[in-house]
Amino acid sequence: MRGDVLLDIRNLRAFYGRAQVLFGLSLHLYPGEVVALVGRNGAGKTTTLKAIMGLVSATATHATFKGHSLSKLPTYRIARLGLGYVPEDRRIFTDLTVEENLETGRRTAEAGRSPWTPERLFRLFPNLGEMRGRRGNQMSGGEQQMLSIARTLMGNPDAILLDEPSEGIAPVIVQMMAEAIRAMKAEGVAVLLSEQNWAFAAGISDRACVIERGEMRFQGSMAELMADKALREGTLGG
Amino acid sequence: MIALDPSFLAVQALSGLSSASSLFITACGLTIVFGVTRIVNFAHGSLYMIGAYTAATLIPRLLEFSFGPTAFWAGILASALIVGVIGVIIEVVLLRRIYGAPELFQLLATFGVVLVVQDLVVQVFGPEDILGPRAPGLRAPVDILGRRFPSYELALIAAGPIVLGLVWLLLRRTRFGVLVRAATQDRDMVASLGVNQALLFTGTLFLGAFLAGLGGALQIPRVSANTGMDLAIIAEAFVVTVVGGMGSVPGAFLAALIIGQLQAFGILIFPKSTLVVVFLLMAVVLAIRPYGLFGRAEVIGGTHAVGIASRKPQPGRPFILLFTVAALAGFPLIADAYLLKVATEILIFALFAFSLQLLIGVGGLVSFGHAAFFGLGAYGAALAVKWFGTSMETALPLGLALAALGAGLIGAFVVRLSGIYLAMMTLAAAQILYAVAFQWVDVTGGDNGIVGVWPSRWASGPVPYYLLTAALTLVAVLLLKRIIDAPFGYALRAARDSEARAEAIGLAIRRHRWLAFIAAGAAAGLAGGLYAFSRGSVDPSLLGISTSVDALTMLLLGGIQTVIGPLVGAGALHALRDWIMPLTPLWRLFLGLSIIAMVLLFPRGLVGTVRDRWEARA
Repeated sequence: MRGDVLLDIRNLRAFYGRAQVLFGLSLHLYPGEVVALVGRNGAGKTTTLKAIMGLVSATATHATFKGHSLSKLPTYRIARLGLGYVPEDRRIFTDLTVEENLETGRRTAEAGRSPWTPERLFRLFPNLGEMRGRRGNQMSGGEQQMLSIARTLMGNPDAILLDEPSEGIAPVIVQMMAEAIRAMKAEGVAVLLSEQNWAFAAGISDRACVIERGEMRFQGSMAELMADKALREGTLGG
Repeated sequence: MIALDPSFLAVQALSGLSSASSLFITACGLTIVFGVTRIVNFAHGSLYMIGAYTAATLIPRLLEFSFGPTAFWAGILASALIVGVIGVIIEVVLLRRIYGAPELFQLLATFGVVLVVQDLVVQVFGPEDILGPRAPGLRAPVDILGRRFPSYELALIAAGPIVLGLVWLLLRRTRFGVLVRAATQDRDMVASLGVNQALLFTGTLFLGAFLAGLGGALQIPRVSANTGMDLAIIAEAFVVTVVGGMGSVPGAFLAALIIGQLQAFGILIFPKSTLVVVFLLMAVVLAIRPYGLFGRAEVIGGTHAVGIASRKPQPGRPFILLFTVAALAGFPLIADAYLLKVATEILIFALFAFSLQLLIGVGGLVSFGHAAFFGLGAYGAALAVKWFGTSMETALPLGLALAALGAGLIGAFVVRLSGIYLAMMTLAAAQILYAVAFQWVDVTGGDNGIVGVWPSRWASGPVPYYLLTAALTLVAVLLLKRIIDAPFGYALRAARDSEARAEAIGLAIRRHRWLAFIAAGAAAGLAGGLYAFSRGSVDPSLLGISTSVDALTMLLLGGIQTVIGPLVGAGALHALRDWIMPLTPLWRLFLGLSIIAMVLLFPRGLVGTVRDRWEARA
């Protein structure tokens, strides 16, 4: 049922200048599953996602997505393989309207799949549908977060790297975010989620990876992590 | 005084509108290219010039085939398309490689293109100005309130809004436009969404170059294509983009309108100083709105500064100093008069470049108008000699003081700005001074400058003047070096590397930068004064863009990250000129290519590259 591995990263190392931030961590993602990357502030979650997208200088002994090697690919080629990225600071184009923001992410879907369209996305995020002509700089943080996810979905990705979707957002919208992630999963989109909000991550994820100081401390099912109180307190503080 | 009757005012306003249109079409391309690539493309003026030459050559031939408006306008369009393709070539060959480079390198590399194009245009189109044909169907003047007004100017007035409308449609209604606007804001995010930036940038350069070519081609019925067009238009286009806000198309339109009217009516108030009025406008706008009328603070920041790092003191420093003094003092024993003259000039330019090093290498303040202080020092000294009959001993300090004063004034304006705006503002300041020196003929002698600026008797002759220059340069360089290594220099570096952090630990960075401007201005002023007495004359070119670029080139040649880099760079540039200029009439081409090659191959400069090798081996 799982199918072939979608994203397969082994022994990932990343650097900011001369400072090493990631020390050989490995992770993988299967089609349609939601995996939470959890860990404290500064553990290396965001860097992991950026390194996969080719946005920071990194090396890995093996890095493939759908069987294509990611090493030395420019960011746009990685995105075109079907790997979407939603950065933690959302990075909405504030001069552009909601519809124009969606346009920037648009790419044709592979044959045989029902593509994401603005109309479908507005059903998923009704708030956005009510402000199609509004510019990014007149939107709340939560609305920007929805737009950022919707924009990435316009590229019809097979997997999305989602960085801290619940950060700095009203609880009501966090709930909507969880709904949206479940909806994506239902559409067969895999999600690799970096998250500090433990409760949020636990509610929507199939598996969890715990990062501490740039190294992988734990990989396993959500249930296992829930059961291991010592590990949780040691690495996540609760 | 000219009578201010309504018809005169109307015609004046209309001609203001037509120059605004031309200016907008060109500046619009510049601002779009800057918005997406973050490169201030000096070569934009060269593309404009190529557009004019191409149209002036192409259209008469088209008109021979079939005389009529269709051939004329098709020729204009074809010229713009050709220039668009040239823009693509420049992007693929050069710009693509320097998107991540510091601003200074980008400015210098595109200035290298300016030099290359200047020589190539003469090779391709010949040294004569080319008078273009008048537009068929628009040859008869029209009557405006009883005055004759060229009908082609009316067509130009319409062209501006038409281009604005088309560009607006392109940016708002097409996917390319949406992506360009998105990339203007956040390039990395656009790439993360799967957009090939390289193609987007190439497309943007095509659009920008097309508009520059269009602007140039549209000029040919008004002015003949000539080799001075590039730098003339680029200065004005810079002002338009900066005043409008870099990257903003509507801003460029508004700024062009204001400047067109200012030029049209400024003539009535200051008959000779339209340049001054334009640059004063820029100074005022930037003082009130540091990012222009419609501009905004950079969203994605990150410092682009490169500069010298802190190094351990070298062992045996006193010996190095002793050796330097001995070498400088002993040089006249082995050199003839010509070599001494060359050495004097190298030393003067070394001091000039070194003073710029304090601003750029230490302070991260990319001043693109350092000639202002060099020229103020030279003019200060020369004016003291000419108008007050002072001796060299008094004139040199006066020149230095004038330069320091100028640096204090200009510095007070520009330390509020950052990055490219600072570069543009310093350039504008230097251009204002250039215009004053050029246009205030009664005092400065205008284009001819001031002659008869000779050193005192004890210092005249190659040997004494060389020794004087060597001594003063050495003292000034040691003082500057002392400043660089003092806590003051460390504070400047801290502010260069991270403004926010430097401010957070309590450094008054604006005041530090202001003082750095004064120190650098004073040193450059001393160099300027020495230069005036070595040549016996001054002229406005000392304040020109090319003098500023000389200093930057020396810095780049020698290496920005080293302390002795500028000294080596001054020698290297001088040597390069002395060797190349007699060999070939194409020296601009070679100089331009050398600058481009330096940026691409040895961005750390001669000294930096040698030292890297040295340290890698050790």
